[in-house]
Amino acid sequence: MLSIVGAASVEELFEVIPQSVRQAAPLNLPGPMGEQELLAHMRMIASKNTTVASRPCFLGAGAYNHFIPSAVDQLISRSEFYTAYTPYQPEISQGTLQAIYEFQSYVCALLGMDVANGSMYDGASALAEAVLMACRISKKNEIILSDLVHPRWRLVVQSYVQNRGIKLIETADHPHGRADASRIAEKITDNTAAVVVQSPNFFGNVEELSSIGELCRDKKILFVAGVAEAMSLGLLRPPGEFGADIVVGEGQSLGLSLSFGGPYIGLFATRDRYLRQMPGRISGRTVDKDGRPGYVLTLVAREQHIRREKATSNICTNQGLCALSVAVYLTLMGKEGLRETAKNNFHAANALKETLSGIDGIDPAFELPFFNEFTVNLPDSAHNAGRKLSKAGIIGGLDLSRFYPDMKNTMLFTATEMTTPQDIEKLAEALS
Amino acid sequence: MSGHPGARGLVFNEKLIFEQGKEGRRGCDVHKTPFAEKDLSNAFNAKMLREDFSGLVEVSEVEAVRHFTHLSQWNYGIDSNFYPLGSCTMKYNPKVNEAACRMEGFTALHPLQDEETVQGAMQVIYELDRILCEITGMGAASLQPAAGAQGEFAGLLIIRKHLAERGNPRKKVILPDSAHGTNPASATLCDYASVGLHSGPDGLIDPAELEKVMDEETAAIMLTNPNTLGLFEKNIKDICEIVHKKGGYVYGDGANLNALLGKTRFGDMGIDTCHLNLHKTFSTPHGGGGPGSGPVLVTDELSRHLPLPRIEKTGDAYVFRHENPAGIGALNTWYGNFGIFLRAYVYILTMGAKGLGEVSDAAVLNANYILSKLRGYYHVPYDTTCMHECIVSDKVQSENHVTTLDIAKALIDRGFHPPTIYFPLIVKGAMMIEPTESESRETIDAFINAMLDIAEKAKSDPGSITAAPTIAKVKRLDETAAARKPNIRYKSS
Repeated sequence: MLSIVGAASVEELFEVIPQSVRQAAPLNLPGPMGEQELLAHMRMIASKNTTVASRPCFLGAGAYNHFIPSAVDQLISRSEFYTAYTPYQPEISQGTLQAIYEFQSYVCALLGMDVANGSMYDGASALAEAVLMACRISKKNEIILSDLVHPRWRLVVQSYVQNRGIKLIETADHPHGRADASRIAEKITDNTAAVVVQSPNFFGNVEELSSIGELCRDKKILFVAGVAEAMSLGLLRPPGEFGADIVVGEGQSLGLSLSFGGPYIGLFATRDRYLRQMPGRISGRTVDKDGRPGYVLTLVAREQHIRREKATSNICTNQGLCALSVAVYLTLMGKEGLRETAKNNFHAANALKETLSGIDGIDPAFELPFFNEFTVNLPDSAHNAGRKLSKAGIIGGLDLSRFYPDMKNTMLFTATEMTTPQDIEKLAEALS
Repeated sequence: MSGHPGARGLVFNEKLIFEQGKEGRRGCDVHKTPFAEKDLSNAFNAKMLREDFSGLVEVSEVEAVRHFTHLSQWNYGIDSNFYPLGSCTMKYNPKVNEAACRMEGFTALHPLQDEETVQGAMQVIYELDRILCEITGMGAASLQPAAGAQGEFAGLLIIRKHLAERGNPRKKVILPDSAHGTNPASATLCDYASVGLHSGPDGLIDPAELEKVMDEETAAIMLTNPNTLGLFEKNIKDICEIVHKKGGYVYGDGANLNALLGKTRFGDMGIDTCHLNLHKTFSTPHGGGGPGSGPVLVTDELSRHLPLPRIEKTGDAYVFRHENPAGIGALNTWYGNFGIFLRAYVYILTMGAKGLGEVSDAAVLNANYILSKLRGYYHVPYDTTCMHECIVSDKVQSENHVTTLDIAKALIDRGFHPPTIYFPLIVKGAMMIEPTESESRETIDAFINAMLDIAEKAKSDPGSITAAPTIAKVKRLDETAAARKPNIRYKSS
């Protein structure tokens, strides 16, 4: 090959790199390791972790332990799916493109909206993009944001908008456990682009979306809703049915393992009239020159490779395989599977709440409708309770003071269809 | 088309999943709840409960499995054949990566677990961070950005924050006209105007031109090295000096790192911040469009601005640091695409330093070999030694009204994924070919064979090229109609 190239050695091909920037020494890296040694090494590292499969776990707060049917991993492991890239050549990417179209359809159905994109990185960045989109559409720059929206989502939104002249105004909802239309109304100005709430909110409570939707309609501001626990969509009426203009979500609950925080998947949906302002990849149906149905990436004029500095977003690679996982999961679960599993989440959480309420000194922090998470006030600090639980071999709930410093004695508990009566008994014993 | 790998085969038609199934069918069982099933109307008012489930399906597991299996059979992946998408680095995705990342000790970890219960996971993130710094010669990293575009955004946010601390965030960012589209889009997100810089006739940034454009209102230059023409920016040190002299910073887009592994490092060139694409250089699978991972790396000077949380080591223990007022905030709900880190980590351990050096050797040799063989049949806009990717154009073939698009589709009929087409914009009718190091001589020769056959047919039988593809699941699709009347979700009629 070298003679065809016309070089005496491979090193000659690198002569264009000036000596002044050539590496002085070889890289100092571990390896190489053969497969046998490598897998043993990884097993050893993995064994240093305590998994949610090995002990009762009561954590939620934006990442949820749900059952994933075996067929999901089998199907997404088909290498034609996972070793393919962005479907730039649609004729040989129809599998990916139809799967994304199905994913988009599922997202619209679940969120109650008209159109959806082919995914964003996660719920947090999806919300950030929704805020940017709301400001673009309304040509205004103030956003009213409930402080019961996931704290990490709010931090990511803040990080995205920090140089865009967008003002984030938070409503102090956390003492009340829920957002309120009147507290939102107090913050509305002539510059308000949108209101953002999350339901169920970070404390697990279901928001009164109808009153918030009405307020937004009256005041002619955009209604942006977020869903951090997508499983709740199997039980609760979606934000789209309350007049939301943009709905975002975290789709991890629908077929993605916890995986220490990623990869997850951002859901993004909006109304027909805002379609061209929506960021992200979109798969659309069309026909080929013989009239056969097929799918292509469409409305690409919105995207970075065409519009560049004027693009709706800089997003390129998104979370394709995760979108496929969600489509496969929802297909296997179907109507009844999702409905029943969602109900079972509520029944488990309800039982958990009753048990905890029965322990001396422990009370629910709020009496509000919830899905699979809720907050309780403890006799002692949540930090100490967490330590006690840890010693008892339990992964306890979230110490809320981590994000709400004034709530030192409050813990967020989560139950899912994976929670067993034995888990709850063990928890009760440890806390009593 | 004898002699080329593409063949006909039995694949299946497959309707949308929403058009299939029957009432009462289920794709999986649901564990019966051991808890009391309370009346929902006591807990929720009717307005709160969902009534419309019509968008979901009722299919059996067999139907579901066949559905997605058929879909997969219409796809082309790296495991199918050669995938020379320039700038995407479609190298082989090792299966040991897939085995390692599926260990329950990694998949069944909640991001909010106490530190002492996830030391193994934190070890992977910490070690990968240090490894990537070593490979790039940078001081510190964050693995948080979920993809290259987010990594770029993080890098620019860091530069802006740093400049703002010094009193003036400045207004502009310089971009060579060969820049990837995410670059100007990321600049806009940071409230920077993009200023274009024309490449010289040799396809490189001209330091003299840069000197004219660089001023004290310019925050940074965003460049890619090797650039998107596949050429090494040999004046990189001068370029960095010119920008630094006026108080600006240099952002390096690391998409093309596959050419440089073990040869040169961004840090040694004078680059201040850069991103990497784990799904390119580090073999993690492309997934049909993600998930990827775009770590951002910085010099020590800029490290205080990295997003939160950081993972640090005290003694033998890994800890999270959650506080940093000088930081840019956070771009991801948690720590980034952890499942992807595992794969990259395993890849690097598989290769070691020597192996990575051999990667760039083979990648660059393969690209130059292809260029040498195509020269004379295809127009070569920059006739010089290339790095890991080479560019040809349709200049010769377009004399017969055969375009880059036609050539791409004709490759499909011969059993190959086309190269990247119509990028970079500065080459009319560009075809950017990146073979990577994974390919054997036989595979590369088969690709060259196909390209030469197409060049020949473009002269003798252009109609056969413009009619392509003919053996894929569908023929050319009407993209205009798709955009004019968008149909992007299923609606039961």
